[in-house]
Amino acid sequence: MQIPIEYYLIVSAFMFVVGVAGVLTRRNAIVVFMSVELMLNSANLTMITFASFMGSSVGQLFVFFVMTVAAAEAAIGLAIIIAMFRNKLTVNIDEINILKW
Amino acid sequence: MTLETVLFFLFAIVAAFSAVMMITRRNAVISALFLILNLAALAGLYLLLSAQFIAVAQVIVYAGAIMVLFLFVIMLLRPETEKKFMERNPKIKIFAFVIAGVIFIQIAYMIFFTNPSATAGSDVAASVQAGTIESIGRQLFTNYVLPFEAAGFLLLAATIGALVLAKKKFE
Repeated sequence: MQIPIEYYLIVSAFMFVVGVAGVLTRRNAIVVFMSVELMLNSANLTMITFASFMGSSVGQLFVFFVMTVAAAEAAIGLAIIIAMFRNKLTVNIDEINILKW
Repeated sequence: MTLETVLFFLFAIVAAFSAVMMITRRNAVISALFLILNLAALAGLYLLLSAQFIAVAQVIVYAGAIMVLFLFVIMLLRPETEKKFMERNPKIKIFAFVIAGVIFIQIAYMIFFTNPSATAGSDVAASVQAGTIESIGRQLFTNYVLPFEAAGFLLLAATIGALVLAKKKFE
């Protein structure tokens, strides 16, 4: 473990930022959703990094729970996208604006 | 340069590259494939951090189950390639990259300002021990058994919710 902790954190920060840019620029709802997964994963990497450098397994447990929640979120989110597609026949988030006032 | 350093830079560059490729490809299927590459590279980084169980779970749960679900939905919903977004409204893109850059600078500043490696211990033996399935399972079924049950219940609720949402018709 001679790699400094900052290197891992910078990789994680970069992935998070790419996820933010993806959410803001893409218009396909599924790709936006995948960008959110990318951000979740970068947070996981941070948590694993700190857990590993502390020599504790609790951070890894939390990553396990985050993975559970991400799996549930993916199933529900994709079901919502399918339901939206059935109503509007599109997954472009510019055209899905029925909640906009 | 040791093997660990080489592997770290390999996985880190693959992860960063595939993340950028994921948000820039216009075809959603190619985006999903790059996300799978990214998740696999992350599993490699987890292994370098001696989190063996999480690395395996990452490959099985994320790169396996979740991404299969994504690809299935993408192919179900006729992936129309997005129009060239750059020409249509370049302002949002510039805005997004400014926001992203500002956030990155903030995070990087905090990382280097707090200088975490000064206080981070690098007890390799302890972290290898912490990453084994045995130690995680022991924690999971003793101290964290209530969150574990709650996670199981959450998955059940998600299964039922997905079934209800994707049903043919709402009553």
